Amino acid sequence: MNPVRKKRLILIGLMVAGVAIAVGFALNAFNQNLMFFYAPSEVIAGDAPPDHPFRLGGLVTTGSVQRQPDGLTTRFDVTDNVKTVTVQYTGILPDLFREGQGIVAHGKLNENGVFIADEVLAKHDENYMPPEVAASLKDAHDAATAPAAGKSSKP
Amino acid sequence: MIPELGHFALILALCMAIIQAIFPLVGSLNRTPDWVALARPVAWGQFVFLSLSFGILTHAFLVNDFSVLYVAQHGNTELPTIYKISAVWGAHEGSLLLWVLILSGWTVAVASLTRNLPDEVVARVLSVMGMISIGFLSFLLFTSNPFERLFPVPVQGGDLNPLLQDFGLAVHPPMLYMGYVGMSVAFSFAIAALIGGRLDSAWARWSRPWTLVAWVFLTIGITLGSWWAYYELGWGGWWFWDPVENASFMPWLAGTALIHSLAVTEKRGAFKRWTVLLALLAFSLSLLGTFLVRSGVLTSVHSFAADPARGLFILMFLLFVIGGSLFLYALRAPGISRGGGFANLSRESMLLGNNLLLLVITALVLLGTLAPLLYDAFQWGKISVGFPWFTSMFVMFTPPLIVLMGAAPLTRWKQQDPAALLRSLRLALGISIVAGLVMALPVREGSLSAGLAVALSLWLLSTLLTSLKQRLKNRSGVGGLLADIASRGGRSYYGMWVAHAGIAVFVIGVTFVTQYDIEKDVRMSPGQEIQLNDYRFRFDGAVPHKGPNYTAQRGTVRVFRDGKEIAVLHPEKRTYLVQSRPMTEAGIDAGFLRDIYVSLGEPLGNGDWAVRLYYKPFVRWIWLGGILIAIGGLLAASDPRYRMRVLARMRGSRTATGTTTAEVHA
Amino acid sequence: MPRFVRYLAPLVAFIALAGLLYKGLSLDPKLVPSPLIDKPAPAFSLPLLQHPDTLISNSDFKGEVTLFNVWATWCVACRQEHPLLMQLAKQGVRIYGLNYKDERAAAKRWLQMFGDPYLANAFDEDGRTGINWGVYGTPETFVVDKKGIIRHKVIGPLTSESIKHELLPLLKQLQEEDG
Repeated sequence: MNPVRKKRLILIGLMVAGVAIAVGFALNAFNQNLMFFYAPSEVIAGDAPPDHPFRLGGLVTTGSVQRQPDGLTTRFDVTDNVKTVTVQYTGILPDLFREGQGIVAHGKLNENGVFIADEVLAKHDENYMPPEVAASLKDAHDAATAPAAGKSSKP
Repeated sequence: MIPELGHFALILALCMAIIQAIFPLVGSLNRTPDWVALARPVAWGQFVFLSLSFGILTHAFLVNDFSVLYVAQHGNTELPTIYKISAVWGAHEGSLLLWVLILSGWTVAVASLTRNLPDEVVARVLSVMGMISIGFLSFLLFTSNPFERLFPVPVQGGDLNPLLQDFGLAVHPPMLYMGYVGMSVAFSFAIAALIGGRLDSAWARWSRPWTLVAWVFLTIGITLGSWWAYYELGWGGWWFWDPVENASFMPWLAGTALIHSLAVTEKRGAFKRWTVLLALLAFSLSLLGTFLVRSGVLTSVHSFAADPARGLFILMFLLFVIGGSLFLYALRAPGISRGGGFANLSRESMLLGNNLLLLVITALVLLGTLAPLLYDAFQWGKISVGFPWFTSMFVMFTPPLIVLMGAAPLTRWKQQDPAALLRSLRLALGISIVAGLVMALPVREGSLSAGLAVALSLWLLSTLLTSLKQRLKNRSGVGGLLADIASRGGRSYYGMWVAHAGIAVFVIGVTFVTQYDIEKDVRMSPGQEIQLNDYRFRFDGAVPHKGPNYTAQRGTVRVFRDGKEIAVLHPEKRTYLVQSRPMTEAGIDAGFLRDIYVSLGEPLGNGDWAVRLYYKPFVRWIWLGGILIAIGGLLAASDPRYRMRVLARMRGSRTATGTTTAEVHA
Repeated sequence: MPRFVRYLAPLVAFIALAGLLYKGLSLDPKLVPSPLIDKPAPAFSLPLLQHPDTLISNSDFKGEVTLFNVWATWCVACRQEHPLLMQLAKQGVRIYGLNYKDERAAAKRWLQMFGDPYLANAFDEDGRTGINWGVYGTPETFVVDKKGIIRHKVIGPLTSESIKHELLPLLKQLQEEDG
């Protein structure tokens, strides 16, 4: 190995090492920033973390949307056709938020089991079903009809 | 009858593409000049048929020919003319047609602007582009024919998605496609070079301007997309780390690495293997972006066409194009010669560092984009990757990138004396550290980030100024500057200068709007006033309003500062008639240093509305930076260096032809 | 050839990625079975779309194999599916419609424009019947047998393949069952 190549290898090695450390940090942060998704039945079953934010998805129950007197806080029920969780959100709901539509909310559970959302997403496409919501409806159905059926587990 | 002509033209274009893919390549390998000579005319033929086809579809939209299914789905008689045209690419079939048309446009551009290149090389490049075209044309014809008929003919069309009825989004996809597809030129040059075994600085020089132009379009496309999301989605965000946005951002990152790496290969003959891999990567990521958007594997706010069945087709195509090209790379790479050596402190090493960083960022964006899919595939649960992760990743990798970006132009090729470098960087270092500290010192929320951003931005600007001063040492005044810009290689340098200055502007914009923006959701009654920062907002109620193809509630919000009225804003809540979808139209008072942004939520009875108020400092700088970057790229691409060669060759004899295939790998 | 192998790394990485993407394609979010399959169709009684004074109920389905198609004018995919429904109707398949969360005038205009494959349409303005039927998006199509039992459900638009390979064979089989 000639000296020029050796020098270059050292340089590349140093760069790679530096970047590897940074990537290590990034991947570590990655794990902490993963947002898990839970369906209402899983939340009722106590699978969702109590103090950690997560995403909740399902259908907005028809007739459940209530506006609080301040005008900006809304309460509504989200269901997977098996169990229901109440969601509270302060702020402006997306254009496509409608009863009976699939939504995904991001937030935390409070001590009363109400999901305090800091973000509510409804998709732009009316006939769009967020994939997680669709899958959780399927899971909820499997669980309801055959409790032992394979259900995706969360680490 | 006319739409059938369009369909027929598409089939003819496919035939042309097949000829273009096979004959010139085979001809270049077994030395059949007649076959090689086919490349250019066939490329033109394909372009003519595709333009005809595209023109016919556009015509169908303009005359409201609802007997065409695609037009019936997305057209409407009430649609303003400009959106009738943009509706052509408003959904899956038409946007694919636009894609192949643009591909064909690039092919024709390559065919006609490369008269000075050896015919074999051009033939191979056009062949590869023909292969890509075959893939997309058969995809179009077999799975997504835009000319499919609908019977009985409806009297009215289904209308264009209201979100897309906007000027920004009318021009956003063509720009983005110009960028995506333009990367295919660099890709084809790389494949042609791998086939011929000829990877040298001439190859780098040929691909450079093409890559730059494609990259400029990508830059413009992304900037437009960000601007559109900001004013049209009604929540004031300018980037969402949405899979579709990431799909356009990854080829941009790889393309950025590529144009820098190409510079090294052209100037110093180094990094050849790396450059060729980047050229393959940039286009592969463009294709991957198409796959992600079109297959519905990842659904996102932006994707307006998704279909798993079509996904399989694109995946097969990806396997063929990317898999094939990487296989070719593996075969040829060991034979590629090593370029000029360089010391550990040299411009090459800095560019290598910059490339590494850009690629790491690309890989991490890819990870963040595909992680939900990965977790789902292995049944680890359903996840999404939080916005903060992407942000923190950028905060981690951008500073070293910018430090290198500032120092590299002041560093010599091959070897740099550390003491001399330090001397020329001294001033910039001082300025940026002091300014950063001043900004960060009143320690409060966000001031640390702001300090870092100011330091980085000033570092970049002052190193740029230092480098300009060094460059202009022997010239003086405005005349000297102009002469230098006009000189050979001058625009390359000034292109770099402007683009890097754009990054400095962008960094300031991003950091300030992230750290110092103010957002408030409030309930407002008519006449009510609300104070936000230095601004007072008065809501004067909302009244019904009628647009060409929508009805709306139109609010009036007056904005005061120091008791003086500075703006009257009219945010709207629209309902488009045909699709009866609600849409928020924000009212924005744009300014160089800040935007005031107001959007309507829901009516709350008694004339009250939920209103969202924003104060967004420096938000325009984000797009200003993007525009500067694009201008820089254009400047560099227009360098006379690339054209002088053409002129010189044209004047001189064209004997070079035919000898090139013999020059095989070292 | 160790050097050659080294340069295969990008290819290997890509193939792994392609495998993942392939897996992703097969994770079809549309595959959601309905809890109502093989259960009696939920009862409803709604005004007809064309004649608000006349009521239609699930007992109207009894005795014949019926398709119950959920649609709305705001739904783009419904428009895609519509020509297929027209074809099915021509072949003599009995199709009833549930016009879901829609406006009466718009829905009538739609049927005039695109043709009317339905024997009749129930007008479900507030979407309650849709919820009872477990509808969470449009279009959806239910297959109800002669006894009024839901036997199959298609989520999303029908396609010519799904009609040929799933729907028509199923309809034929159901026709042969006793009422």
